[in-house]
Amino acid sequence: MTDRAAEVRRKASRPPALVMVLALAGLAVFVVPLLGLLARTPWQDLPQLLTEDVVADALRLSLIASLGATAISTVIGVPLALVLARVDFPGRPIVRGLVLLPLVIPPVVGGAALLFALGRRGVIGAPLYEATGLVLPFSTWGVIIATTFVAMPFLVITVEGALRNLDPRFEGAAASLGAGRWTVLRRVTLPMIAPSLAAGLLLTWARALGEFGATITFAGNLQGRTQTLPLAVFVALESDRDTAVALSLIMVAISLTVLVVLRERWWRSG
Amino acid sequence: MNSGLDAHLVAGRENGFTVDVRLEVAPGHTAALLGPNGAGKSTVVSVLAGLMPLDAGQISLDGRALDDPARSLFVPPEERGIGVVFQDYVLFPHLTVSENVAFGLRSRKVPRHEAADRAAQWLERLGLAGMGDRKPRDLSGGQAQRVALARALIAEPLLLLLDEPLAALDATTRVELRRTLDDHLEHFAGPRLLITHDPTEAFLLADQVHVMEDGAVTQVGTADDIRLRPRTPYIADLAGSNLVEGTASNGIVATTTHDLHVGDTHIAGTVLATIHPRAISIHRHQPEGSPRNTWETAVIRIEHYGDRVRLQTGDPLALTAEITPNAVEALALVEGASVWVSIKATEIGVEAD
Repeated sequence: MTDRAAEVRRKASRPPALVMVLALAGLAVFVVPLLGLLARTPWQDLPQLLTEDVVADALRLSLIASLGATAISTVIGVPLALVLARVDFPGRPIVRGLVLLPLVIPPVVGGAALLFALGRRGVIGAPLYEATGLVLPFSTWGVIIATTFVAMPFLVITVEGALRNLDPRFEGAAASLGAGRWTVLRRVTLPMIAPSLAAGLLLTWARALGEFGATITFAGNLQGRTQTLPLAVFVALESDRDTAVALSLIMVAISLTVLVVLRERWWRSG
Repeated sequence: MNSGLDAHLVAGRENGFTVDVRLEVAPGHTAALLGPNGAGKSTVVSVLAGLMPLDAGQISLDGRALDDPARSLFVPPEERGIGVVFQDYVLFPHLTVSENVAFGLRSRKVPRHEAADRAAQWLERLGLAGMGDRKPRDLSGGQAQRVALARALIAEPLLLLLDEPLAALDATTRVELRRTLDDHLEHFAGPRLLITHDPTEAFLLADQVHVMEDGAVTQVGTADDIRLRPRTPYIADLAGSNLVEGTASNGIVATTTHDLHVGDTHIAGTVLATIHPRAISIHRHQPEGSPRNTWETAVIRIEHYGDRVRLQTGDPLALTAEITPNAVEALALVEGASVWVSIKATEIGVEAD
C-alpha cells in the first residue's frame, strides 16, 4: 500500500516525456566529450605518463595557483562583498559592474590589461620594479594574480548575494546582546552565510583551476614556473597527444571528485 | 536622575509619516505600546534598541542618555543594556539553544564554561532544562519564546523590550504563554515595554497602555481607562471590547455577579469572555426573542463619538455598548435611565484564561 502510494507519487511528480528527452540531450553535452577523452586514453602507458616531469610540474603549479587564488579571494573578496552589501556609497553600481567584468571580458583581454598595469613597464609594475626589483609577469605570483582576477568575482557575487538575503535582525539581535561589530561578524554574520561562502569558494576554486587565457597572456607558459595544467594540455596537444590526454584526465578527476564531494556536503545545507 | 525609561522618540520612517512618541516606564512596571500594523511600532523598537538613530527627542535609561541628536550623542546597541525579545524571536539558527542563551555573556567575554553554566540555569528557570543542545528549529513556538526571553534576560538588561512576543504562536499556545510570560515579567525588576497589536495582550500584561496610531500616541492609561473611555474611534474599535472573567461549564460563564449564556458548550474552567460593544442591544422594555442573555440595568454614562454612541451599563455586569445616535434619541436614553440589555449567546467569544 505504501509502496504503491510512493510509486504513484513518483509518477505524478515526473515531468512530461519531452522534458525527459531534452534533459538527456542536455546531459549528453557534458558526457560526450568526457567519453571521447576516455576512449582516447592510452591506459597502459598512463602510469608512466603521469609521472613525467611536465605533468608533475603542471599539477603542482595548478594546485598552488588555484588554492592561492582562492585564499587571496577569501582575504580580500569577502571584505569587498561585505562593503558592497552593507555600505551605501555613491558609485556602488559601478563598483559592482567592475567586479563582474572579469566574468564577461575574454580572459586574454584581462591578461593583457594586467600586463599593462603590472608588467615591468606597466603603470604600477614599473615603479614596483624600480623600488623592489620584483617582476610579476612570467612568475608564479603572476599566475596567482591572473587566476585571482578571473576567479574572485564568483566569490564576491555569491557572498554579497547571501549577505543581502540575510535578515538584518539577526545582526541587530546580536548587537543588542552586547556583541561588538567584530563579534557580530565572526559569530553571526559569517556563520550564517557559511553555506553560500562555501559554495562561492568552491566556484572560485573551480574557475581558478581551469584558468587559461589570462594566465598565458600575463604569466606566459614556462614549465615549472607558470605552466599550469590547462597550459600544459594546450602545449601537449601540438606535440604529444598522449600526455595531453593524461593531463586532461587529471583535471577531470580532481574537478569531479571535489565538485561531487563538496557540493553534496555544502550546497545541500545551503 | 530618574530611574527607568524616559524617552521622547522622533524618527522619520522611510515611507511616510514621522513617529513621535513619549514613553516613561518605571522599574518594575510594564508599559504596552498598542497599535495596528503600520502604526510605527517597529520604528519604536529600532530606535530604542539603537538599530536606528533618532531624528529628534531623546532616550534616557536609568538617567543615562542613550540617544540625543541635539547633543550628537548616540550609544550603539551593544552598549545600551536593552534586552530585546524580537518578533519571531530571531534566535540564531546556527547555534544551539544553550549557545543562543549564552550569547550575551560570551559577547561580554564571560568564559565559555561559566556562560554555559549560567545559560543552563536560565533554561531550567524557564522550564527548558535539558533542551540546551537542541537547535532553534527543533523548538516549538512556545519554547522558542522562552529561549528568546532567557537570551535577553541573561545579560541583565536595564530595560526589557518585547516586540510582539506572542504573535508567532497559535491561539491556544498564546493564551497559555500569556500567563507564563506574565509570571516571567514579574521576575524582571527593570522597566518592561511590550509592543503589541493585540489589545487583550496589552490589557492583561501591562500596567499602563499607550495606544499608538499613525506614529503618535493617542491615549495613555490603564486597561480600564482605555476600554471604558476610549478617546478615538480607532481605540473604541480596537480596544473597546468587553472582557469578562468567569468560570465556564455547560455553556454558561458564571461571573461573581451574573451568569452569561455562551455559544461554546464544551469549554470549562476559568475563561475570558469577550463581548463586542456592537453585539449588545439596548431595549426600553424587556425583550422577548432569541437572545439568551437579557437583564435589566441602568445607563451609567453616554458618550458620543461622531456617528456612534457608547453607553456604559451598570450592575449586575458593567459593559460598554455601542449604538447609533438615532437609537439614543428613539429610546430617549439619558444617564440613569433604566434599560434592558440583550446579547446573543453566539456573540460572546470565550477563551480559556
